[in-house]
Amino acid sequence: MHGAPGAAAPAPTTPAATAPHTGTPSWRLLTVLGAGGALAGGLIVTAYLATVQRITAHKAALVVGAVREVLKAPARWDTLYLVGGKLTKQAPTGPGAQSVERVFLGYDAADKTLGAAITAGEPGFADVVSLIFGLDPGTGALLGVKVLGHKETPGLGDKIERPTFLQQFVGALTPLKGVKTKGADKSEVQTITGATITSRTVIRIVNNATARWQPLLQAYRQEGSR
Amino acid sequence: MSEAPATFDDVLRGLWKENPVLVQMLGLCPTLAVTNSVVNGLVMSLATAFVLIASNVFVAALKRFIPNQVRITSYVLIIATFVTIADMTLEALVPTVHKQLGAFVGLIIVNCIILGRAEAFASKVTVVRALLDGIGMSVGFAIALLLMSGVREMLGNGSFLGFNLLGPQFEPWVIMVLPPGGFLTLGLIMLAMGWHAERKKRLAKAAA
Repeated sequence: MHGAPGAAAPAPTTPAATAPHTGTPSWRLLTVLGAGGALAGGLIVTAYLATVQRITAHKAALVVGAVREVLKAPARWDTLYLVGGKLTKQAPTGPGAQSVERVFLGYDAADKTLGAAITAGEPGFADVVSLIFGLDPGTGALLGVKVLGHKETPGLGDKIERPTFLQQFVGALTPLKGVKTKGADKSEVQTITGATITSRTVIRIVNNATARWQPLLQAYRQEGSR
Repeated sequence: MSEAPATFDDVLRGLWKENPVLVQMLGLCPTLAVTNSVVNGLVMSLATAFVLIASNVFVAALKRFIPNQVRITSYVLIIATFVTIADMTLEALVPTVHKQLGAFVGLIIVNCIILGRAEAFASKVTVVRALLDGIGMSVGFAIALLLMSGVREMLGNGSFLGFNLLGPQFEPWVIMVLPPGGFLTLGLIMLAMGWHAERKKRLAKAAA
């Protein structure tokens, strides 16, 4: 690494620059990498600052759109955070505040509670299927379900995104049951031929998330009315 | 080599004769993974073109300052910087496509075409020649990706760029938009190219 003193002189203007750099001193390697790293860092920070607003705005718009859709256009909603096993309107602060689980409690124009929008995900046929759904915590009835993301087989599993399948969840009573032919029971949801596992996954996600969040939401409501 | 003048051949070479994907067999990972729709192929081509051209120019411009021992590190640093910028720009401008491309935008860093051109070409020639080569190779990459994604979207979804072409009675060949479809399509394209090359050789021999 430490070249002979005579070979250390950098001569960038001579054609020798393309010859093997046998005697490059260590400080030069460090300077090049250090300066390059600093320059690269500067460029990346610039790009980050230029794009971060649009990216966060877009992510927020996605959540707003999904909440609106599954709560059937609420007049307003509160974001409830799960802190210490209880739901609270108080937004948590400090490190990890971004990743605290949350649900959205929507109200109509007369300030009557419409229901809560809950996000949940579980493994489907290929990868995690993630959903957002609207739940009336009092009756356990669903207001609507929207698929947020999945990697299921195109042409088969991705049929869970079809309105004909998702429409069945509107007004359905939890806990849901997956059936092959839908009867009069309000908790029955007809699964899709060729996408049985994925349809059952959607039903399972809704049931598990309801079992988890409904008591929390009821506790929150009782505390509020007290 | 560095004194050779820039020629139009620097651009043309990448398009067909030395096409990075179909002839050099580089960059096969994005070629197989993101060509299930034309939009994905197009956006991947554009992102790769940005990184390839920018890194080619920077490598050629900075070659005399980069010591031989740390050249690969420096190239990767240059490439990674442009990939990060491209990643953020795509997420800000076309979030839906960015989500579909997933990890493959970040993986442009390890696309062999880019590091390969930096090491084998850009680090030895003038900035102008490196720029022309970057443009040629980018267009060649785009040709390959559009060829792949055009066939796959047409057969696997009955559409081109999202426009339905084959009508409602067409039953999509789902396998074409799944990973095996990528291998099938690439294999058939290679077969056609090999057949064409053989035929050309035979005709040349017969004429002689």
